[in-house]
Parts: sequence; C-alpha cells; structure tokens
Amino acid sequence: MSDPLVRAVNVTKSFHHQEVLKGIDLEVDTGQVVCLLGPSGSGKTTFLRCVNQLEGIDGGRIWVDGDLIGYAERNGKLYRLKDKEIAAQRREIGMVFQRFNLFPHMTALDNIAEAPVQVKGESRAAARQRAHELLDRVGLGDRGAAYPAQLSGGQQQRVAIARALAMQPKLMLFDEPTSALDPELVGEVLAVIKELAGEGMTMIVVTHEMAFAREVADTVVFMDGGVVVEAGPPSQVIGDPQHQRTKTFLTRLRSEQHNT
Amino acid sequence: MSSANVEPRDAEPRTGLSPRQRSQRSRAIQYAILVVIVLVAAFTANWGQIATVFFKPSLIKSAFESGLPTAFLKTIEYTIGAFVIGLLGGTLLALMRLSSVGPYRWLATIYIEFFRGLPAIVVFVAFSLLPLAFANLVIPFDPYGTVWSALGIVSAAYMAEVIRAGIQAVPKGQLEAARSLGMPLGLATRKIVLPQAFRIVLPPLANDLILLVKDSSLVFIIGTSAGDFELTGFGRDLANTESNLTPLVTAGFCYLIITLPLGLLVRRLEAKAARAR
Repeated sequence: MSDPLVRAVNVTKSFHHQEVLKGIDLEVDTGQVVCLLGPSGSGKTTFLRCVNQLEGIDGGRIWVDGDLIGYAERNGKLYRLKDKEIAAQRREIGMVFQRFNLFPHMTALDNIAEAPVQVKGESRAAARQRAHELLDRVGLGDRGAAYPAQLSGGQQQRVAIARALAMQPKLMLFDEPTSALDPELVGEVLAVIKELAGEGMTMIVVTHEMAFAREVADTVVFMDGGVVVEAGPPSQVIGDPQHQRTKTFLTRLRSEQHNT
Repeated sequence: MSSANVEPRDAEPRTGLSPRQRSQRSRAIQYAILVVIVLVAAFTANWGQIATVFFKPSLIKSAFESGLPTAFLKTIEYTIGAFVIGLLGGTLLALMRLSSVGPYRWLATIYIEFFRGLPAIVVFVAFSLLPLAFANLVIPFDPYGTVWSALGIVSAAYMAEVIRAGIQAVPKGQLEAARSLGMPLGLATRKIVLPQAFRIVLPPLANDLILLVKDSSLVFIIGTSAGDFELTGFGRDLANTESNLTPLVTAGFCYLIITLPLGLLVRRLEAKAARAR
C-alpha cells in the first residue's frame, strides 16, 4: 500500500496556555479502522476535531489524502487557507458527534440531503433519492419524514451517520458516538459502524467501547495527557498492555462497564 | 402527610389555616377589591359625557365614511414595509455584531446603541429635516420610502439585539455539524443557524412588530399629507375639526383589530415551532 490516508506529525494544541496535545504522531492507512482510547481530558477528542479543523493546530502537520490540512505550503512557508478552501477539505471528511447535532428544523431525510444539494450542487430529487437509500442502509427507511425530536437517540445517531456518508467522504471521524446513548441503544449504532468498517471505510473512532474496539479496530491508540502512550493491534494494546497507565485505565474501564 | 407534618412546626398558631386555604383567602380579598374599584368607577362616571365625547355614533359613522379604511390600510402598509427593512437591517447588524472582524462589530454596536437610545420621535424629526439639508435628496416611493426607512432604521436597532440573542442561543454543535459537512460559513449561517435562531426569537420579534404597528403613528412628524394619514394621524385630524375625541378613539380601536390577530398568529407559530423542536 502507498501513502497513508491520514498522517499526523508532531501535532500540538493549547487552550489558554494549557497544552492539550503535546506532539501527536499518527498514521491511518486507507481502509483501516483506528480506535482512540484514553481517559477524559487525554486529548483524543481534540485531536479528532483538529483533523476536521474544528480546532486549529498550533504546531505540527496533518495530511489527509496527501493534502495538508488547514494550510497551503508555498516556498517553504505556510499560509492559512481561506474559509472556502477549508470547507472544501472538510467535504472529504465525515464527522459524527457525541450529541448527534442533527438539524432540528429539518426532517431526517432533509438532514441527509441538505449538504449534497447546497454544497455539491446535486438536484434536490437526486439527493433525496440517495438519502432514502442511506436511511435504508442504517435501518431507518421508514423514518425519513420524522423530525429529530421524534427519533430516539440511537435513531438520531444513525441518521447522523447517514448524513455524513451522503457527502461520500474518504474518511469518517466518530467522536464518542455512543456515549450519549442509553445502554440499550448502543448496539444498534455500533452495528452500523461495524458494517461500515466491513465495507472498507477508513475511520478514526474515539470510544470507550472496549469490545467494539477489540473486534473492529486494526489499530488501537491509547492516549493520556496529550501524548500517545501506546499503539498497536487490539490484541496487543488491550490484550497485553505494556504501560502502567494503559493497564490502570483498562482495569478501571472494565470494572465500570462491569458495574453498569 | 405534608399538612400533618407542617402544622405542628408552624410556630404561630394565629389562623390554623393550611397554606392552601391562606392563599385562597388572599385571592378572594384581591378579587373583592377589584370588584369594588370597578363598581365605584361605574357609579361615579358620567356615562352621558363619556358617550358623547368618546363614542358619538354619528362621528363613528362619519369617520368610516371619510377615510378611516384608507388610514387603516396605510397603517398596515407602513408597518409591513418598516418591518421588512427592520428585519433585514436587524439581521445584518446582528451578524456584524457577531463577526470576527472588529470594525464590523464596532459599527454595528455604535448603530444599535445610537438608535436604540434615541427617542424614535427625534429620529423622525431628523428625517423630516433631511430634504431641507439636502435639497437634491429624493427618497423613492414617496411617501412610503420615507416612512419605511424612518421606522425601519429605528426598528432594525431593536431587532438586531433580539436576533443576536437568537443566533447565540443556537447550540454551537449545529454550526460545527454544518461546517463538518463542508458548508462555508455563510451557507451554514443561512441554512442552519438563522432558521433556528428565528424560530427561537419569534415571540420577541412579534412583540417588535406590534410595537411597530403603534410606532407608525409617529410618522405624522415627518409631515405626511392628508391623503397619506395613517390611523392616528387621521383620527387626530378629524378629532380636531369636529372638536370631539370620537374619531381618535375609533382609530385607536382599529389598532386592536390589527394587533390582536397578530398575537393569536404568534401563539400558533410558537406552538408549531415547539412541535418541531
């Protein structure tokens, strides 16, 4: 395989003088699923948001599919991209949020069809047709006319996945996609993500679902305190962690998930 | 259980009434006072005088015949035009206030503070002086252009603050979701943020509209001619010639004909928006 789809080199980011990312290096090959694990405040969500430029980075570089994210490099100097250019880069990257963030004033169908119409210039009819197919794919073919408030959390998150897929992204980012869900709704969302992984979609998933990470991830990355502590196949990082911090975190997570 | 627990703890044994009985009694006293006031007013008022000065049937009739319907229509026309200008201007000002570009923010803030702080009547006087100051100035659609811009300029300042609050009430995740789908900032604002912001501020915006209906009565200051009178101007004019307040009172009631259905409409829209949330 050639170049990785995502390449992050020495990414740093601070909020109000507090360094949240202290030099992250990460590579994701096309078709790979990478799960980011780590305690809250470890920087995994911030890193994900940096890939999509919802946060700007202070240092380092991120490339997605060979494009430098957020900047243009000319004569060895970096220039910040304009809003339109940033928007164009984001088109290739789908994002699913912890709190779904569906547009409450639109039906499920229009939530999915809106961006292809407005951003890609597809006809409303064609976009709706594809939105229907996508809803079918996430098992909600009959709920297209429903407004987000009329859907359960699990259904909303599945619509949100369909909405991201409608832009036909090369890369999907999931930011704790099941953390805001009632326990009995987690399964239906994970099933959709698993299916997507099976179809060869490249994904970075921030999650606390260990069983999911073990089953689906090609690489598990454990982050803590703004650095990558260890990375490798799930059998290694989850099954046989080398670092004390990883061990402590996994033990605590196991006991919590046991209790709920 | 609660009342049984509360009573022994109540240190003052003054009434022996439960809190609920007490509140019922205080409400009964309030009603009684209200009834007394109404009765006193009804018996002391000089009804004959009130009827001839405020509600003289012949003058009500002549008001309708001498152009009240036209004035009614003018009031509506002045209001709608001013509302459109206020809404467009207010939205623009709100976006400027939230802009990351400093000068936009400053300009908008100055405009809003200036026109919100100034009595509308002063703005109208200034407007009426414009033709004197600039002899060649022609405001199109006379007299509508003048009335619309005078009312709209003031109204935009008020609406800008309402709309800004609405935009800020839309969760940040909405803009992030729109941007993550590749929408540029302008498109995301237009398609995702503003529609939600307007739903949120519908009640206060409707309040501004109702205020505008009434503020349109100030346009007489600009010096509209008799044919362009709105309700108050018309009523005042006729009241002066007849030396009787009936035309003004009649015109006054016409405002209710406009504002009451507006209030009803807003409540419906609110209910509809609540369902879609």
